[in-house]
Amino acid sequence: MKAPLFANLSYRFKVPLLLMLVILMTGGLVTATLVGHSYNDLRRDLIDSTQRVGEVLASTLVPALKHDDLWRAYQIVSVPYRARSGSAELETFVVVLDRRLQVYVSSQPELFPTASSLPAEYRWLREEVERQLGPAGRVLDAREQDKILVVQPIFDGDERSRYGTLVIGVSPSALMPRFYAMLLRATLTSLLVLALLLPLGWYLGKRMIGPLTHLAGCLGQLGHVPPSAISCQVPIGRDEIGQLGSQFHHMLAELREKEALEQRIMMADRLAAVGRMSAGIAHEINNPLGGMLNAINTYKRYARGDEVTERTLSLLERGLLQIRETVSALLVEARLERRSLTMQDIDDIRTLVLSSIQAKEGVLCWENGLDGEVGLPSTLIRQLLINLLLNAIQAIPASGKVWCRVWIADGSLFADVRNDGPAIPSGLIDRLFEPFVQHGSTGSGLGLWVSYQIVQQLGGSIDVASRDGDTRFLVTIPLPVRNGGDARHGQALSD
Amino acid sequence: MVMRVRGHAAWGVLLLCAQALAGGHADGIRIGLTPVVPDGQIDLLEEVRDYLAAGLGEPVTFVQRRSYREVMDELLSGRIDYAWICGLPYIDHEEALELIGVPVYQGRPHYRSYLIVPAIDQTTESIHDLEGRVFAFSDPDSNSGYLVPMTQLLAAGRQPDRFFSQTFFTWTHADVIAAVAARLADGGAVDGYVWDYLSQVRPELTARTRVVWRSEPYGFPPVVARRSSVTQGGGLRDRLLEMGDDAYGSQLLQRLRLDGFVAGDPALYESIREQRALLQGERPVP
Repeated sequence: MKAPLFANLSYRFKVPLLLMLVILMTGGLVTATLVGHSYNDLRRDLIDSTQRVGEVLASTLVPALKHDDLWRAYQIVSVPYRARSGSAELETFVVVLDRRLQVYVSSQPELFPTASSLPAEYRWLREEVERQLGPAGRVLDAREQDKILVVQPIFDGDERSRYGTLVIGVSPSALMPRFYAMLLRATLTSLLVLALLLPLGWYLGKRMIGPLTHLAGCLGQLGHVPPSAISCQVPIGRDEIGQLGSQFHHMLAELREKEALEQRIMMADRLAAVGRMSAGIAHEINNPLGGMLNAINTYKRYARGDEVTERTLSLLERGLLQIRETVSALLVEARLERRSLTMQDIDDIRTLVLSSIQAKEGVLCWENGLDGEVGLPSTLIRQLLINLLLNAIQAIPASGKVWCRVWIADGSLFADVRNDGPAIPSGLIDRLFEPFVQHGSTGSGLGLWVSYQIVQQLGGSIDVASRDGDTRFLVTIPLPVRNGGDARHGQALSD
Repeated sequence: MVMRVRGHAAWGVLLLCAQALAGGHADGIRIGLTPVVPDGQIDLLEEVRDYLAAGLGEPVTFVQRRSYREVMDELLSGRIDYAWICGLPYIDHEEALELIGVPVYQGRPHYRSYLIVPAIDQTTESIHDLEGRVFAFSDPDSNSGYLVPMTQLLAAGRQPDRFFSQTFFTWTHADVIAAVAARLADGGAVDGYVWDYLSQVRPELTARTRVVWRSEPYGFPPVVARRSSVTQGGGLRDRLLEMGDDAYGSQLLQRLRLDGFVAGDPALYESIREQRALLQGERPVP
């Protein structure tokens, strides 16, 4: 089962291996082609040179044949291929046939004796020679004898009288040693080039596939690590890997958004549940509480008890009043209110919190962007802003800084409260708006709960971003539509 | 044209220079060589030439031609004065020639003709076994390389030109040996002295041939002069006959595998004369 093995192999190895394979195949093919061409060239050169020798010999032989000078003819034909050292020349023969197609002379008399017929294996040559009438030479491929035969008729200068025929036989296999030497050279050169190219191919393959493996590693983190915790420098570009990278970026962003949304929904659900529960408890407490306070009032008006009773009742009354205060704070009842928010209301808030910030020797930056009346209940907005500002002032260190900016844009009221205090601990930020969650040394733990309830009732939203030196609460509350009125808002107000 | 330099040495040198400048011959004595002397030994021939020139006090030039006949033509026409030729052309032109010296080989002024075949041929025992084969002669004017095998066949009642399927001349004895060694010819007739000489200096060549038959002894190819130049012939004759007397001369003779030269007698060539008579009509006399 080789295919799955290769299929499962990492692209880190697969691509460099394939590149190397391609380089190897290219090298092999190029070498083979070149060597093949060279062999053909060698063969052609052999034939060409043999033909030239044949032409020279044929014209040189004419006087010897004319005068029947056999010894001279032998000296002429035995010169070009006189055996030097190797056997290659021995395999080459020159034969002169006379007009009766008998051997007149040859460079190898032991193979082609003078005044005899051609040996049996070359007998077929007679027909070829007889057919050849013109003075032009011919090349015959005698595969059975492993010979290339150049047949050159021997004509007088005027090309009229033919004295005989010259046949030169050369062995193509005599080329083999030269061919093998060439093959060896070509192979060595190829190996040298491959030795240089293969590491380069490996390196390029690795480099090419690097971004893909990195991306695969990043993708592998999905599902194991929360999207917000994944940080990957993936390549972004127009090529396929770049496209994958940007797709991954896009997907990661959507996953992060989804994660944040889920967290917000979870928080809102929890807060809504807490709100419903606390409202229910408050109602249940308020009824007996009202009765108890009424009873104490009635007793104080109509009965005169001893001092101990008076003191006890007073103690009970103060306790019950405190309970009512707490419960009503928890309820955040939007009382029906006619007065709308004005610019003056915002500036009043500044005056109210100024003493607190001065106590911390801090700085309050104020920007009031309101102009005239805004169709929102002034008491609630004042309470909301005071809560946020007091929290901010409480968060800053000595000589810290608090910013408050209020403005209207796109049919909404925006309030941005910032401070340069330390960051809110991450464990706390999810439960920031729950009641009785205290993150400071003072306070009831109801300030942000109340703020959240107010914003909820006005149909707005509140966003928190906190890091060291910059904690920011951004409140957005839609303005009611002037004529006709916002049904939801109206209901909230009448609740 | 042959220019002879005579007289005072200074004049001679002057003339020599002038003729050298004119591109002509400045040779004192011109000696024609035929292939009875093994060719291919240029260094040895040059030493012999210089040795003779020193002894004669005159420049000596060796003139080599392709065939016996060309040498004979030059000798008879006076273009050369002396020649080392075969016994056959000597008796052909006996009346015009003077014997100057005859080499002594193996103690006698004789040599033999050899019949050789390729070494691979172990069956041939005489020339009669070579019927229908290819035969190599050295020169048509050679005794050992032509006349001997021809008369042998004629004596046996065979027509030499029909006996062999093909014959050819190689013009030198050494080439007869080469042709037989290469198996271009199935047999050949060769000067026995040349074969013996080559078997010592080029044994790899003669080893590829086998001597089948040795003829009776004949007069060794002589050095001759044209009769008109006999006046100078005395000098060369003396040089040749005294060659063995000095160390260098005898060393040259030893390298030629010769014992020396004798004055010689025309009677030495009687057997060749008889053979030639047999061939009369078969062979045109030059």
